[in-house]
Amino acid sequence: MNKNAIITGLIIFVLAVLSPFWFNMITATQAAPEPKLLGKAKTEKNCVLNKYEMRANHMALLDEWRDSVVRNADRMYESANGHSFNMSLSTGENSCLGCHEDKTKFCDKCHTYASVDPYCWECHTNPKEIR
Amino acid sequence: MMEKSRRSFLKVAGIAAIGLGAAPAMNFAASDSHGTAHAVKSKNKKALHAQRWGMVIDTNKITDEVVESIVEACHKAHNVPDFNIEVDEKKYPNTRPVNHKQEVKWIWEEEFHNAFPDKEDEFLAEKFHDLPFLVTCNHCKNAPCVQACPTQATFKREDGIVMMDFHRCIGCRFCMAACPFGSRNFNFRDPRPFIEEVNPTFPTRSKGVVEKCNFCAERLAKGELPHCVEASEGAIVFGDLEDSESDIRVLLNENYTIRRKQSLGTEPSVYYIM
Repeated sequence: MNKNAIITGLIIFVLAVLSPFWFNMITATQAAPEPKLLGKAKTEKNCVLNKYEMRANHMALLDEWRDSVVRNADRMYESANGHSFNMSLSTGENSCLGCHEDKTKFCDKCHTYASVDPYCWECHTNPKEIR
Repeated sequence: MMEKSRRSFLKVAGIAAIGLGAAPAMNFAASDSHGTAHAVKSKNKKALHAQRWGMVIDTNKITDEVVESIVEACHKAHNVPDFNIEVDEKKYPNTRPVNHKQEVKWIWEEEFHNAFPDKEDEFLAEKFHDLPFLVTCNHCKNAPCVQACPTQATFKREDGIVMMDFHRCIGCRFCMAACPFGSRNFNFRDPRPFIEEVNPTFPTRSKGVVEKCNFCAERLAKGELPHCVEASEGAIVFGDLEDSESDIRVLLNENYTIRRKQSLGTEPSVYYIM
């Protein structure tokens, strides 16, 4: 008698604990979106750091760039792979958006998915949005 | 049958520990990417340098038209909002009405007795009453705003420019209280709807930060002179105050100049030829 009750209890417990997995199995889950490389970024292939490091550390890099430009007035950046960049988010050809032309298809792709909301664009302007 | 002594066990354990520690170090050395460690940051080759940037404004050459074109050139280039313009309702619906006490300006026209309150004599030459005086941030040598800023968002660059890091400004407005020249303005609201034509090469500001003239640091970095100097038709001269051979020092040597509120000891870097 006791044995049956315990086993049903256990089954219900396991089902409940694993409910997020069941839920995900039943509903269609969205795979993480791939940011789109367009235009120059597609042909260039070489960013400031390699792909994986950019993915993981681009925010730290941008932070470093910001301090360098604002505080030390150093605006040119020659990365370890020999490419030089204009340390700027959105102005000029050698800036981030100069290569990654479309903010909505690049930055926003992951940021929206991961629901991070960096406040870059409160001040910095997306040349596409200005027309 | 080998008897394991404590001694031999410790030996093996020690070697194993070194091996464990070596693996990550080897991996690190073997990786081809060096992160940001080997990057070189530098200035643009064309960038202008000075020990202490300063400005001389020739009040004899400043007319109302010149003032207008200077203010427009500066404010347009730096995306300074103008709260008198009609807001584009389609782009920015439900913008709340403007409080005209809240203005933002980087360079503007002031009357003599406001610009130089300590120099207002009883029988001041009449011409000074109507002359337009251009005033802006003085980029003081002993800038009180820099001392007041709790986050070092306002700081002094090596070349004497009092700069703002808008990222870092928390909007406490201590700097505005500290500045004796009223050169700083607070963004009480999002300035974007009030910028007629956004200049994509310079960021706008966001709600809750203070802003002021930056001596066109972004132009100096490209080897260009500030917008106001270019638009002034020769009325404003820009240069290195510490270089005794510079144009600006020659001018200062040849003319009688005054500075705003000198008695406060902030040592402004903007001089006025009278």
